[in-house]
Amino acid sequence: MKKKNNNFVVFLLDYGILVALLVLIAVFSFASKNFFKTNTLFTILRQVSITGIVCIGQTLVMLTGGIDLSVGSVAGVSAVTAAICLKNYELPIWLTCILVLILALIYGLLSGLCVTKLNMPPLIATLGMQTSLRGLAYIVTDGLPVYGFTKAFGEFAKGTLAGIPYMVILMIVLFVIFIFALSKMTLGRYLYGVGGNEEASRLSGISVTKVKLMAYGLSGFLAGIAGLVLLSRTSSGQPSSGTGYEMDAITAVVLGGVSLSGGEGKLHMVIIGMLLMGTLTTGMIMCGINDYVQQLVKGIVLIVAVAYSEFSKKVRNRIIVTA
Amino acid sequence: MDDVILRVKNICKYYPGVKALEDVSFEVRRGETHAICGENGAGKSTFIKILTGAIEPTAGTIEFEGKEYSRLTPKQSMDLGISVIYQEFSLIPYLTVTENIFYGREIKKGLIRDMSAMEMQARELCKDMGVNIDVRKRVCDLGIAYQQIVEILKAVSRNAEFIIMDEPTAPLTVRETQVFFNIIKRLKEEHVTIIFISHRLEEVFEICDRVSVFCDGRYVVTKDVQEIDRRGLITYMVGRELSDDYPTPRREIGEDILKVRGLTNKNVKDISFHLRKGEILGFGGLVGAGRTELVRAIYGADPILSGEITFRGEAYRPRDPGAALQAGIGLIPEDRKRQGAVLSLPISENVVYSILKRIAPMGVIHSKDEKEYVDKYIGELNIKTPSPGQLVKNLSGGNQQKVVLAKAMATNCDILIFDEPTRGIDVGAKQEIYALMCQLAEAGKSIIMISSEMPELIGMSDRIYVMSNGEIAGELLSEDYSQIKILEIASSKL
Repeated sequence: MKKKNNNFVVFLLDYGILVALLVLIAVFSFASKNFFKTNTLFTILRQVSITGIVCIGQTLVMLTGGIDLSVGSVAGVSAVTAAICLKNYELPIWLTCILVLILALIYGLLSGLCVTKLNMPPLIATLGMQTSLRGLAYIVTDGLPVYGFTKAFGEFAKGTLAGIPYMVILMIVLFVIFIFALSKMTLGRYLYGVGGNEEASRLSGISVTKVKLMAYGLSGFLAGIAGLVLLSRTSSGQPSSGTGYEMDAITAVVLGGVSLSGGEGKLHMVIIGMLLMGTLTTGMIMCGINDYVQQLVKGIVLIVAVAYSEFSKKVRNRIIVTA
Repeated sequence: MDDVILRVKNICKYYPGVKALEDVSFEVRRGETHAICGENGAGKSTFIKILTGAIEPTAGTIEFEGKEYSRLTPKQSMDLGISVIYQEFSLIPYLTVTENIFYGREIKKGLIRDMSAMEMQARELCKDMGVNIDVRKRVCDLGIAYQQIVEILKAVSRNAEFIIMDEPTAPLTVRETQVFFNIIKRLKEEHVTIIFISHRLEEVFEICDRVSVFCDGRYVVTKDVQEIDRRGLITYMVGRELSDDYPTPRREIGEDILKVRGLTNKNVKDISFHLRKGEILGFGGLVGAGRTELVRAIYGADPILSGEITFRGEAYRPRDPGAALQAGIGLIPEDRKRQGAVLSLPISENVVYSILKRIAPMGVIHSKDEKEYVDKYIGELNIKTPSPGQLVKNLSGGNQQKVVLAKAMATNCDILIFDEPTRGIDVGAKQEIYALMCQLAEAGKSIIMISSEMPELIGMSDRIYVMSNGEIAGELLSEDYSQIKILEIASSKL
């Protein structure tokens, strides 16, 4: 009887976030009669498709026990770089994308180098990257939005396949790839291993430096993709774009159950965390809650998510001890 | 002089499966300097922790100044005037000597610290103790010996009448030790009671009045230092009989496979030894003698400064553990939870952790190969678990150790280094690990085993090197094995 009870508690701890999502949907459906519609679902999906891509990278980094605050700036600087390539240099779209993604990868690797080779705390290293890359975005644009480049670039964000927007499909594809990579590929094993026990990993012959570089590099790369999608959607390269992505991404990842100390968490649960954040934002907008209040709520959600994650860790340990 | 300040009666401390202290009873007299000796794991630290209130005894009583306690809380212990000087200092490096001495109970004039009053008192204290320290210096600018002394001054300034010193001289040079001893002599004049723990037996004879010996968690004897000599003391420390529960060797020992010459790094100096094919080579010595540091260097986990290693006739110098594994040298580290296993991952993922590349062409893990490896080692090592998916943190110590062992064995190394292979695991699992080590040796693997457990070291090894203070202090062949000899060599370079 007791055991059954424990199983239920564990289930609740594992899927509590799903319950929270359902509750949130119910609340908004009451609050706004337009909320419970297929249209809203697409609004949410479209909205989370960009931060969702960022969430994947953030998950990789957080699994190693690190954190990447630079993702928003990487997305922003990638968007304006692409805009400039397209407008000022009239580069073809494919070349622009490759160029921007290589740069994004490099930004990520730079963060990774600071963390591994210079032994900097990830929080500080990526905070530095966040600020300098944002500065870079303002420098290359002179602080002005870049628009008026080829319309073709905007087609991607508008396009749909069987009614599903391309950008949503892209996000889903990326999630599928990385869920596979985390569970079936060496990369995933190493990320979990390094986050779970760095010293044991090193003594098992794993190059911890390489694994971490990979995580930060991929996080940068994925943030670069997010920046391109963002540019396609807005058709205007804003130097301030992507601001605050790290906040949404970190909250979603923590909500998805990824441990802040690394080594534990599943990417498919991050999808739910991400949907919760998207639902929250869209719901608040539809209910006419103003921007400032939205920010307050998001901050509180992050704090509650972290508190919940610590709490559930404690409960879990207690269950293991008593079992 | 026969006034007893501390009397412990029938103190026991049991951990699941381990008796850390069993039925310990003895007395400490007021004003004496009382040494406690024993091998690693004899129960000295457990005993101290009970006195400081860090842990609660399972049974028994502590009588201090005539009052009986069934346990002490840290606060009670402090209030009774018991203070401990640990090897690691509890000083704050960037504060001055004075600030450290008065830390937490500063003399104040109104709201402001009265620096000059504190400095005056600190100076007086130094004069009383016969030491010459600039009380305005920051602690981090002092040598280790003086830091140690500041620690004592801090205790004395709090009117500590009962000071426990846990290996206080371990980091000190001979000259520093003398300075330190002068302080102890001063404290004796002040009738401060001291419990002194040291592996350096000479010091026990030089500075202590009486000595008590612990062995395997039991109290053995208390002697006046005049009544006993070094050899007698060691005999008491060794105490136990060798049991015959080690597998009899049936292995053939071949040619040299590993030769180390003049290996030196931060922690070890000028190490030379050789290891033969099919041999179990033991490394004995005290904790901190540099054994772990030596094998870490050979495994590529710590840098090598100079020296040559030849492995299978070729020069070998690993960049990192990955390179060592690639070459065919594996390590089972001493601390399985911190260095051995990834506790948050399942058994299966731990077992194949070091060989992922082999079972993952193009980075995608071949699950059939993985399962094959995992099943093989779970079976071979008899890892007791309901499923390979069980998280390692939910396993018993012995099974965790087997998982770490499986991970190293999976790499199919020619040399396996075991650092304290049976620390903290139950007797059954110990036997299994011994049997496995013998099987490996019989199969032509070479084994280096570090062990602080004398019977294990003697029972398992074909040959033993004894390290002392970062050097190899002696080599023993199986016909010369004796615990006394090993202990003597182990403390020879201190």
